[in-house]
Amino acid sequence: MDEINSLMHGFSVALSPFNVLLMFVGVVLGVIIGVLPGLGGANGVAILLPLTFSMSPTSAIIMLSCIYWGALFGGAITSILFNIPGEPWSVATTFDGYPLAQKGRAGAALTTAFTSSFVGALVAVVMITFLSPVVAKFALKFGPAEFFSVYLLTFCAFVGMAKGSAIKTVASMMIGFALAAVGLDTVTGQLRLTFGFTEMLKGFDFLIAVIGLFGIGEILQTLEEGLAFKGKQAKINTKVVIETWKELPRYWATSLRSSVVGCFMGIVPGGATPASFMSYGVAKRFSKDGAKFGQGQVEGIVAPETAAHAAGTAALLPMLTLGVPGSPTAAVLLGGLLIWGLQPGPLLFVEQKDFVWGLIASMYLGNIVGLIVVLTCVPLFAAILRIPFSIIAPVILVICAIGAYTVHSSMFDVWLMLAFGVVGYVFKKLDYPLAPLVLALVLGDRAEDSFRQSMLLSQGDVSIFFSNGLVGGITGFALVLLFWPLVSSMMDKLKARAA
Amino acid sequence: MAQQEDPSAVSSRAIEIVVAATIFVFGAVVIYDSIRLGISWGDEGPKAGYFPFYIGLMLCFSSVVTLVRAARTAGSESFVARGQLKLVMSVLVPTTVYVGVIAFLGIYVASIIYIAFFMWWLGKYKWLTIVPVALGVNVAFFLMFEIWFKVPLPKGPLETMFGLA
Repeated sequence: MDEINSLMHGFSVALSPFNVLLMFVGVVLGVIIGVLPGLGGANGVAILLPLTFSMSPTSAIIMLSCIYWGALFGGAITSILFNIPGEPWSVATTFDGYPLAQKGRAGAALTTAFTSSFVGALVAVVMITFLSPVVAKFALKFGPAEFFSVYLLTFCAFVGMAKGSAIKTVASMMIGFALAAVGLDTVTGQLRLTFGFTEMLKGFDFLIAVIGLFGIGEILQTLEEGLAFKGKQAKINTKVVIETWKELPRYWATSLRSSVVGCFMGIVPGGATPASFMSYGVAKRFSKDGAKFGQGQVEGIVAPETAAHAAGTAALLPMLTLGVPGSPTAAVLLGGLLIWGLQPGPLLFVEQKDFVWGLIASMYLGNIVGLIVVLTCVPLFAAILRIPFSIIAPVILVICAIGAYTVHSSMFDVWLMLAFGVVGYVFKKLDYPLAPLVLALVLGDRAEDSFRQSMLLSQGDVSIFFSNGLVGGITGFALVLLFWPLVSSMMDKLKARAA
Repeated sequence: MAQQEDPSAVSSRAIEIVVAATIFVFGAVVIYDSIRLGISWGDEGPKAGYFPFYIGLMLCFSSVVTLVRAARTAGSESFVARGQLKLVMSVLVPTTVYVGVIAFLGIYVASIIYIAFFMWWLGKYKWLTIVPVALGVNVAFFLMFEIWFKVPLPKGPLETMFGLA
């Protein structure tokens, strides 16, 4: 049981008073970010990233991952009390959460959501604890071709599992790749796509893109919908919590199913949002009270929240072991690792044991801290939502501007953020997904490097991506996912013709 | 506002076409620069334009598909209503000015003016509320960034005057 020993060592790293303090700070900041419009897990972590530059990498990642847990918890508060999903993955939580709150059981709804989130995360963390060393060990043998096939799988999964138009997913992703190519080419030393502008030399930083696309873009979109928040009051006291906890074990099967769905969807890039919807759908089909879903069923909160949190947590597994983030927030954390001078990927488990196991231990602790914080401070967080928009909006925009500036201390980046904001607003309205753009921007250079190295190895022969069972299997799976929309639409047509 | 008739400012179809065309141009630019760099196989392997060339191709291809699809739809669907656009612009324009002003006044002074303006113009608050909020928020930012986390932000003449820059 090597993992248990490593984990115990991790706890000893994570449990210093300073780190525990950072956990609390992180979770509170995270919940606030999750509750506020325009700030979410991804851009919240991106904005706060520069604050950690002076910390040790372990403390920094503990604080940032706790912000992430906090943001995951925070999304549920707005969904249930205000019927506004703070994060895309909490959309499914509004289906039963808000009706339950309208019935005057807001406290029970929130307790259910938080507890389910906690359970989902816990299952995912246990999985990470035992699976990630195995995956990392396996991945140590990877060559450039294998890495490229993993990147390919990541991107094909986005196309194949896209809810909207697959072609728009491709377009968005390619924009990300093209932006990633801007600047100095590391292999040949040539300048690409800079057209003589000195500002373009260092290329586009994805942190700026994240802050603009998700932050400014979302604020602009929220504006359209008018801004009178009308929320339910919520009080959580010990009695409500205990009564709800007594009720919850009844839904153990739903919890278990949702955790599995969440873990799986989190590892396969695509993330928490489809996981929450899928899990809600599955629970509705299997539940005895399936017909009552949507009218305020506790089970209808358990399913999406467990899955979303499990997926959000599981997304860190490929990020840590392979250096391939499964979600935009995981991508931002990955960016953090690079800034702190750590190379994400399998070697992390060999060379940076303190860091890796400290992080994994902090996932356990961070979620416990998170549960305590949200259960005790709900009224406070709900009050934040009652701050009028004309105060909170400029403050958030200022925070975004500061965040964009601090990445490279450059004013050009602030302008870039604004431009990305307008792009984000237009893209969201036209259903261009933003996550593939961000991931392509993050992974573009490394995907290209691994592709070029593979091509060098094989002297330009593409068949290297099928040269052995492993790489061929991953590439094959990626291609199946890529063409999945075509295949499934053809199958639908065939079925329609047969019928 | 939702109940009132709010005429469309521009149709989704029009914006869809404009965006797809922009992406096409972007793709074409990528292809153009890739060809300049060389898209073939050089002495030390693939040249610098090898990978981006295909990215550019896929950009052009995907935008053409979207373009054709958008052109085919009848689409009278609204992209944004006039009232909504006005709201969005009423935030976007001051924000653009704010970013422009940062370079001259420093981020703190610019933010105080920006938050105050926003509250006065869109929120119709009294100055008695505006001044403490705008000042308070920025003092908090100053303490957090300059003092606690030691992350320097752009400063202007006012900070220089106080000897803080």
